[in-house]
Amino acid sequence: MKSKSIRVDTLARVEGEGALHIKIKENSVVDVKLEIYEPPRFFEAFLRGRSFREAPDITARICGICHIAYQTSAIHAMERALGVEVHPQVRALRRLIYCGEWIESHALHIFMLHGPDFLGFQDAIALAKEKPELVKMALGLKKLGNDIVTLIGGREIHSINLRLGGFYRMPTRSDLQPLVDRLKWARDAAVESVKITGGLEFPEFERDYEFLALKHDNEYAITEGYLATNRGLAIDINDYEKHFAEEHVEHSNALHSIHKGKGTYFVGPLARYNLNYDQLPSIAKEAAESVKLGSFVRNPFKGIVVRAVELLFAFDESLRLIEEYEPAPKPFVDCEPKAAVGCGATEAPRGLLYHRYKIDDAGLIQDAKIVPPTSQNLRTIEEDLWQFVPPRISLPTEQLTWVCEQAVRNYDPCISCATHFLKLKIENV
Amino acid sequence: MPSSSKPTLAVWKFASCDGCQLSLLDCEEELLDIVGEIDIAYFPEATRAVKKGPYDLSLVEGSITTPHDAERIHKIRRMSKTLVTIGACATAGGIQALRNYKDVREFTSIVYANPQYIETLGKSTPISDHVLVDFELRGCPINKYQLIEAISAYLGERKPNLPKYALCIECKQKRNVCTMVARGEACLGPVTQAGCGALCPSYNRGCYSCFGPKETPNTASLALWLEKKLGADSAALIRAFRSYNASAEPFRRESEQHEV
Repeated sequence: MKSKSIRVDTLARVEGEGALHIKIKENSVVDVKLEIYEPPRFFEAFLRGRSFREAPDITARICGICHIAYQTSAIHAMERALGVEVHPQVRALRRLIYCGEWIESHALHIFMLHGPDFLGFQDAIALAKEKPELVKMALGLKKLGNDIVTLIGGREIHSINLRLGGFYRMPTRSDLQPLVDRLKWARDAAVESVKITGGLEFPEFERDYEFLALKHDNEYAITEGYLATNRGLAIDINDYEKHFAEEHVEHSNALHSIHKGKGTYFVGPLARYNLNYDQLPSIAKEAAESVKLGSFVRNPFKGIVVRAVELLFAFDESLRLIEEYEPAPKPFVDCEPKAAVGCGATEAPRGLLYHRYKIDDAGLIQDAKIVPPTSQNLRTIEEDLWQFVPPRISLPTEQLTWVCEQAVRNYDPCISCATHFLKLKIENV
Repeated sequence: MPSSSKPTLAVWKFASCDGCQLSLLDCEEELLDIVGEIDIAYFPEATRAVKKGPYDLSLVEGSITTPHDAERIHKIRRMSKTLVTIGACATAGGIQALRNYKDVREFTSIVYANPQYIETLGKSTPISDHVLVDFELRGCPINKYQLIEAISAYLGERKPNLPKYALCIECKQKRNVCTMVARGEACLGPVTQAGCGALCPSYNRGCYSCFGPKETPNTASLALWLEKKLGADSAALIRAFRSYNASAEPFRRESEQHEV
């Protein structure tokens, strides 16, 4: 067999712009590149000299899809730096708006970005012609996620209500009540979504990944916890950079995160599910069992089912949080600056998002570091393709190209996030 | 209506966060109606299907920051009958235009281990610095109802009906108490174009101008207010005018007035 090349110049149905290039020679894969041509935006550089209070709103602009994750990681980093404790209801409200972001992002990915691959459609618009009820339900679920974010945060994208120490304005109990009936409908629809996604056909593909996620003693971790892997690592967030680093790889045009001395690792819904399965509510576990998902998933294509389980969890958790909600006596606590360093990490829809800031006495940022989930997964995605392609090498190129794209979309990559720092090089092959 | 007779829509991305094009997908209730009227011909975030240009309507997100993109925007202009920019990056260079006030080589070395591989321009510039733009939608992010209005106006062959006046008008319409007068909090509302529905003041917070300057803004007067009444120092004034619309002309000019 002659050499061939799988080339996708513009990866579709991902956030941001990138390309995929796989070279095949004599029946074996000789090169895999996830090329990132999206321009760098230098956030860590221009954060220097900005006020510590601005970090949440500025870093939100790294990503229009997971801005709540950026705002929350930045807020937690600053609060940890300054030793600020927030009211438990502030904490609960952060968890609720974060659930809203998971819902919006997961519903978008399951039904509009990834689902069409499994069903053989170019996009959700084509899918809507064949299955209008399914797409209407999906849009309804997505909208409810957005409505939670909007109700608490002010708007769907780049929320304006989150701040250091709490919120500018706390909603009342009755503000949140109109969500309850819709959430109950959505929870039922999410059970159905687990069944729908669980019934899809999955390529046979499993790898022995190291999964990294936040873990919390009392809850399915979203906003707080310590860092854990399935291979026994359990460390404080402050020690993240001792164990994980970005590395420049010769054959890659992007910086890749690695577990120092170990290798690649995997963040995102699969990692969370595998590490924190026990803390899922029974309704989510039952739905997972109904499609025989098991409590540990090694097939990244099943990420779509795991996202559906997390979607169900997020609706259930939102209902619980609203049920128990009482506004805090004060919407926020004051944060006075002092020279300090702080780290924050939360579980963005696509996985762990880490921030570290150094600020001076006046609260001006001296140094910033941000590690988004997609950059942590990039090398794992490439490794997947190295192993995924060989057994399928005889497929017609068009079909092989599509399943390779699908394999990339398993991770719901967000290139806009990743390129806030990725090394840029345009390769003309 | 057969799909071939519908006008075609293309969505393009430059340096940005994806949020403004996501606003199109966030039109959950209107999305299926929109695709009933317009044929989505190029929108990689939503579909892997690509129809060849030329396109009737192009929505452009993001700012120009690389030599490659400075060429790409000209190709897109040539393929587009009507070109509308969406959001602060495309209309004013975005938050990444903060580089315009620094040496970009210094920026590159802060973020990258191998700065020699980085291909980037010294400035982040709006689309209108490069090609003719038919209409600009403001905001970081845009307001999705303004986007729907712009698309409807295009389909109806009329001018979009969107305000140019200050955010203060929206505050009055919403009967908000003035953040600056009543609570002594800095607010850029008096110099900012309306469109968000006076969101921040409605949440007890001063406006930070994600919609950028209104028509004929009196930035000097506001700066004096912030300085004399609220005690803002020159560094704080510079930060206030240099954020999500840092290279919008009136804000650039005002911020430079406060450089020491």
